[in-house]
Amino acid sequence: MDKPWNNRAWFFVLPVLVVVLFSSLVPMMTVVNYSVQDSMGQNSFFWNGAGWFQNLFDPTTDIGGRFARALVRNVLFSLQVLAIEIPLGIAVALAIPRRGWTVGATLVVIALPMLIPWNVVGTIWQIFARRDIGLLGAALNGLGIPYNDTQDPLSAWSTIVAIDVWHWTPMVALLAYAGLKAIPDAFYQAARIDGARRWSVFANIELPKLRRVLVIAVLLRFMGSFMIYTEPFVVTGGGPGETTSFLSLDLVKIALGQVDLGNGAAYSLVYNVITLTVCWVFYTVMTQLDARKGT
Amino acid sequence: MEQSLPNQAVAARAVLPVTTASRAVARPRAPRNWRGLGISAYMLVLMLPVYWLVNMSFKSNQEITSGLTFWPHQPVLDHYRYIFSDPAWYGGFLNSFSYVAINTVISVSIALPAAYAFNRYRFLGDKHLFFWLLSNLMAPPAIYAMPFFNLYAAVGLFDTVWAVALAHCLFNVPLAVWILEGFIAGVPREIDETAAIDGYSLPRFFVKIFIPLIANGIGVTAFFCFMFSWVEQLLATTLTTVNAKPIVSVMTRTYSSAGMDWGLLAAAGVLTMIPGAVVIWFVRNHIAKGFALGRV
Repeated sequence: MDKPWNNRAWFFVLPVLVVVLFSSLVPMMTVVNYSVQDSMGQNSFFWNGAGWFQNLFDPTTDIGGRFARALVRNVLFSLQVLAIEIPLGIAVALAIPRRGWTVGATLVVIALPMLIPWNVVGTIWQIFARRDIGLLGAALNGLGIPYNDTQDPLSAWSTIVAIDVWHWTPMVALLAYAGLKAIPDAFYQAARIDGARRWSVFANIELPKLRRVLVIAVLLRFMGSFMIYTEPFVVTGGGPGETTSFLSLDLVKIALGQVDLGNGAAYSLVYNVITLTVCWVFYTVMTQLDARKGT
Repeated sequence: MEQSLPNQAVAARAVLPVTTASRAVARPRAPRNWRGLGISAYMLVLMLPVYWLVNMSFKSNQEITSGLTFWPHQPVLDHYRYIFSDPAWYGGFLNSFSYVAINTVISVSIALPAAYAFNRYRFLGDKHLFFWLLSNLMAPPAIYAMPFFNLYAAVGLFDTVWAVALAHCLFNVPLAVWILEGFIAGVPREIDETAAIDGYSLPRFFVKIFIPLIANGIGVTAFFCFMFSWVEQLLATTLTTVNAKPIVSVMTRTYSSAGMDWGLLAAAGVLTMIPGAVVIWFVRNHIAKGFALGRV
């Protein structure tokens, strides 16, 4: 616990610092720069102070309204995705075999969706969900459900949720599986001596021991779902209307599509600060709780 | 060689009791068949979209659009043959492989000493630095798309595989530090001290003893860097136009004015899944631990 104090350790960290700073500081400063300036074209910029931010936070302006609506969608999406993926992931982890050749095979199959490039994930679902040539779309419509992922808002939204669940539940499952494997057998023996039921073994042993990995899982899934871009971009393109236009899609539209640098930069910064704050608050609260419980 | 043996024995002793204990007893389980059924059903659902993609990649476009068929009635290899004969397509694969490889090598090799420092020493600003590193994982790539374009154009790297490789370091380096730190935490510090007493210099200790000890961790970390660089699309597309175009953006060629070339798109999709599937097979026994970021 008492690590030696040694400032020469900085030399070990220096390469990481340089490489990450190169890719983070310069772009970040560019964004900050754009966010407080306006341009008349021809690379002439002048100070615009908090103007872009005032626009952004005022829901009556065009950009402010877009931002507010996209933010609500992002929050809803992240909450839904977490509510589905975390319990489902734990259930899957509990069902993964513990020994034998099936373990490796199961892990490979489960992890496969994560190894697929994100726009290919989009492509797969774009094909899969088509009403005419896709298995899902055709099957749902065959069952009499009016499913149409490019025209109907509810279908589009559910498709994006389904994609994320398909794509990322495996990560939660693998995390929980690693956590389960780390529980010493003594706990299970004690439970058996006490004649504990399956459910109470889960509630009193497995779930508390999974806390740490679940904190990581919730964090990673929150970040991932809050930053979602590629899948909706490929499958719905943000539509129909702006039903699935999340913050990142809207941002790319503003910054790269309309080359609206000031608004785009202010948008970027606020978006990043929100993501950071939520992660930081969640992480701090969870570690404080841990510390109080003395685990 | 012989000098390192006692140290490895120390490591083995430190790890051994845990692993033997965890294999000793069978755990209480829900009835076996229910679990088996549940997990099989889950894997089936998981594979359905993939099955549909593979199925489609072997169909002719005429068969695709003329109706639903659950297997290719007239299997064709045209789409695959086209990809392997068109330089734009297979060049896309080569570009993707190049930047993924460069990125993985850079990420792992610079993250390793850093992770060691974070785990073994305290130094000025260590905690803040660690959180700052992680905060880069929380930056939506969409934010960086525009300034990255400017930055890499300014330094003359735009449209090279190096641009993408360096840009992906933004999230892969912090991730590699995080995962490796967890694995390094599992190596008792006594090993470092014993080696120092045995007269090992730090670089020699690293190469001869430490790296072999955490080889699994390095493998898992490399896998994660591979994975996140391979699947990322927004930055890879933004930073390239012609020469270094990655496969993920070559795929947009199938959206032409003549309509979608579904079969070609499906075949390209299938091909992009293969490297991942191959790599994952090699790390399958360690992957769960890596996902727990080394610390479980």
